[in-house]
Amino acid sequence: MSEREKTVRTRRTFLKGSVAALGGAAATPALAGQLPDPAITEVQPWRRRLGPGVDASPYGLPSPFESHVQRRNVPWLTAETRSSINFTPLHQLDGTITPNGLCFERHHSGVAEIDPSRHRLMINGLVEQPLVFTLDDIRRFPRENRIYFMECTANGGMEWRGPQMNGVQFTHGMIHNVMYTGVPLRLILQEAGIRPNASWLLAEGGDAAAMTRTLPLEKALDDCMVAFAQNGEALRAENGYPLRLLVPGWEGNMWIKWLRRLELGDKPWMQREETSKYTDLMPDGTARRFTWVMDAKSVITSPSPQAPITHGRGPLVITGLAWSGHGIITRVDVTLDGGRNWIEARIDGPRLPKSLHRFYLEIDWDGRPMLLQSRAIDETGYVQPTMKALRAIRGENSVYHNNGIQTWHVRKNGEVENVEVS
Amino acid sequence: MSRFHNLLAVALVLVPLPAGAGKLGLGRPALPAEIRAWDRDVRPDGQGLPDGKGSVAQGEEIYQERCAACHGDFGEGVGRWPALAGGQDSLTDDRPLKTVGSYWPYLSTVWDYVNRAMPYGDAATLSADETYALVAYILYLNDIVTEEDFVLTRENLPSIQLPNRPGFRDDDRPQAEYPLFRDHCTKDCKADVRILRRAENPDLTPK
Repeated sequence: MSEREKTVRTRRTFLKGSVAALGGAAATPALAGQLPDPAITEVQPWRRRLGPGVDASPYGLPSPFESHVQRRNVPWLTAETRSSINFTPLHQLDGTITPNGLCFERHHSGVAEIDPSRHRLMINGLVEQPLVFTLDDIRRFPRENRIYFMECTANGGMEWRGPQMNGVQFTHGMIHNVMYTGVPLRLILQEAGIRPNASWLLAEGGDAAAMTRTLPLEKALDDCMVAFAQNGEALRAENGYPLRLLVPGWEGNMWIKWLRRLELGDKPWMQREETSKYTDLMPDGTARRFTWVMDAKSVITSPSPQAPITHGRGPLVITGLAWSGHGIITRVDVTLDGGRNWIEARIDGPRLPKSLHRFYLEIDWDGRPMLLQSRAIDETGYVQPTMKALRAIRGENSVYHNNGIQTWHVRKNGEVENVEVS
Repeated sequence: MSRFHNLLAVALVLVPLPAGAGKLGLGRPALPAEIRAWDRDVRPDGQGLPDGKGSVAQGEEIYQERCAACHGDFGEGVGRWPALAGGQDSLTDDRPLKTVGSYWPYLSTVWDYVNRAMPYGDAATLSADETYALVAYILYLNDIVTEEDFVLTRENLPSIQLPNRPGFRDDDRPQAEYPLFRDHCTKDCKADVRILRRAENPDLTPK
């Protein structure tokens, strides 16, 4: 019997079982000696007393019972926190939209705290007329709303040589997915008039690193945007307030935050972030450059090492995220046995290009150990590779673009560890 | 009825700008002084370099005062701060060391980044001459220049080749990888499965 048939059968059996249990609950003898649940029989404080009023939290925060849901950093990873990264707690989130306060942060010289009244966007270089815009000017262009994932190119970089981090937050948490509101970059560039010999664009931030990246003009005119809002409110300072560049599907480092300048040119600038960093060292000692696109990837977010199974055998929801810089995800497969047999998972929620997709696989867990993996397939037919397949081409000295398949070993007791399998 | 028609006429005047209507007339011309203040990027061909010069000896003095605390006296890097020198011929090693001398393809990038983002925490304070001097000293730390009286200038910078200049090639994933990653076997895809490695070091993952 195939894994798929087994699952379908066990699921059907399970459903039948639950219906029977519900129908006969009142008469089940097993309940006779059970104590009533004080959560029901005792009057809880919030049932008796008045809670805070509408003036208590002008900007609402999550319930205090959710205060453990936090971005985390890895102290040993970098020299200090202002040139560092933290990680989105993927294991504690559901759906596809990342809450603004949980979007991972990566700064090169700390968070620029910009007074919007003193922020400007300049366009210069190979244009008919160099221009300066205020934020009010930007808001007078036609706007678009787009949901995109933004993944740091180094997401998973710590795992290149083998499993290291016991937590999906740390293996995959350099990613977020929000709805941006902004202006197509092409409209802003057209305002200055693009000269015919322009073929490259330099984007520059206004932070203390004045972060820069070069991108081909073709991409800039395709789907890039200049955004001022995320999930309906102004960008967070740590995500580029008041203005950031969006480079959909491409490496997160290119999405210049605190965007202050766009320069058109006829050659790439070869800035630090496209030469000494964000290049991929291959086994022969040469390096790939301009590896802009983020290839298809997926990961199971629960169960995972930080989200073990605590309920024992029976109904189990396996869930995770899938994404591709090439477009939409057409299919996600999940294996329970380390890749011997695969079952198609159910994608639920928006299926948008270059955006996170949420998948689920509901199973009836029999309590046996599992080797869980997910595998994304995108609209180009690209199938997420194994770590082994990636290493066969790129060796072990790569840092960036690790989109290999992740394995979680689920033990009998429901604990989960990060492993690599044959 | 005629009043209704008047209202409709007003409404039509306010119809949105059609998409692709051309320029909106937003923004204002950037002044030459404003462009000079912000446009300080430098390309490998030297475009963007300002007038100026600095020697290895001058650079050493500035370096010891403003850079060595993080990058080390000899560019070796302190703690997890980046090394600037060394690592030549290490790119195929088990632990390659990527520095200006071993990995960076263009000297213009060093000038641009030092001038743009360094010193860390006190950016945009180096003069052009100081930047030339520091870059000259970084060349010296990497044995790319050997004379302490070597002077780096706007004129000679673009002609200095870093050793790993030929070490880069454009993204070849579409040819080298994408055709290989298309198989999605679903049944009996492997004979047996073993755990090869585990995340064993408990000190790596934050508690």
